Amino acid sequence: MQISSTAHRPPSAFLKAIGAIVWKDLAAELRSRELLSAMLVFALLVILIFNFAIELQPGLRSTVTPGVLWVTFAFAGTLGLNRSMAVEKDRGCLDGLLLAPVDRSAIYFGKALSNLAFMLIVEITVLPIYSVLYNINLFNVGLLLVILLGSVGYTAVGTLLSSMAVQTRTRDVLLPILLFPVILPVLLAAVKASSGFLGQLPMSEIWPWLNILMAYDVIFTAVAFMVYDYVLEE
Amino acid sequence: MKRFGPKIVLRGLDFEVHPGEFVALLGPNGAGKTTFLRILASLWSSTLGDVCVAGYRLPAQAVAVRARLGVVTHLPLLYGDLTAEENLRFYGRMYDVPNLGSRMDEVLEMVGLAPRRRDLVRTFSRGMQQRLAIGRAILHDPEVMLFDEPYTGLDQEACDMLDRLLRDVAGRGRTVVMTSHDLARVEELATRFDVLSRGAIVASTRREDLGKSNLLDFYRKALAG
Repeated sequence: MQISSTAHRPPSAFLKAIGAIVWKDLAAELRSRELLSAMLVFALLVILIFNFAIELQPGLRSTVTPGVLWVTFAFAGTLGLNRSMAVEKDRGCLDGLLLAPVDRSAIYFGKALSNLAFMLIVEITVLPIYSVLYNINLFNVGLLLVILLGSVGYTAVGTLLSSMAVQTRTRDVLLPILLFPVILPVLLAAVKASSGFLGQLPMSEIWPWLNILMAYDVIFTAVAFMVYDYVLEE
Repeated sequence: MKRFGPKIVLRGLDFEVHPGEFVALLGPNGAGKTTFLRILASLWSSTLGDVCVAGYRLPAQAVAVRARLGVVTHLPLLYGDLTAEENLRFYGRMYDVPNLGSRMDEVLEMVGLAPRRRDLVRTFSRGMQQRLAIGRAILHDPEVMLFDEPYTGLDQEACDMLDRLLRDVAGRGRTVVMTSHDLARVEELATRFDVLSRGAIVASTRREDLGKSNLLDFYRKALAG
């Protein structure tokens, strides 16, 4: 048997490694349901508490909804990010990943994609429940696009920072402290763009926020790609 | 040299292993054995000095080194919520192993876990997990194998089975470096014994040069001197 004998491995090995990590995370989660159930229960509790806490006038719903939604996604997402890396670290599996003959950015992209998948599953589940509880239609193509762009930015930065935080003893506390200041532009742009779509504002007012989201996604994915090697150093 | 903050863990360490050798790296707790193996495995980098594994330099050619390296530690590096087969499939994809299906069959037979291939790893005993960990480490047919305290937490039967697997691994011409505190076991397996103390190799001998003295005497003298 012969595996690639060159110092540099073919691009297909890089993609195969990303696919393997995503498949592994989804298969393990399908069995344990640890991460998704925690994220989902937390997200549903948050929207339920907001529902009781804020007496909403019909006219105010579309104003409050973006904030409530993104607070829910951000906090539930933090739970998922923490757990996703903790699973690797606690059983020593992070070493198993680091020993694989692939560029370490493949580990980043694999973990980021599975984190994104978990986040999208939670969001897809939360949206109809929120629609019923708050009596507001959230199935708006524009809003779904904002949720996708915001989630990409969130998981791009979140995966990078959770890989740093997991190496410390205070990882559960450290991740939100590191993450929320960095993710602020995404949350702000996502809330503003979501408000725009729900309030049916003209596209000229929404575009700047969408541009910020897209720029953030591209920049932070590129930054993570470049620095992930150093993040995983001892 | 390897330094963690102000603490120097490895210093002046000169270590060369020839292809096919089985080297037992012995030493007390805190001698730097695990740190040294982690540097060889490209998990950590040395603060000073050159490291070359299987003809490739670290850290510059780390990917090429990792492709030729199999590592077994006291932790199995396996996912409890995946089956034995799924764990091997995952690592096989990470290593881009050709003909993965047949290679997995071969490895599962070798480590005696073929009948349990569809069972979740979290239902395995410690010994079975360690056997599967060896299967994971040899899946890509590495040239060099590193074992860091592989006997930790194993019962007598599991240790005997691990011995057989290690003999089999070494018998296939692989280069092996193993750390262990179990002198009786490594005396039977290794072809060379190096003693690491306070971050440096303080003694080294081949099995045939041990003569009438046993490994324990050699080890004690090395640490006393």
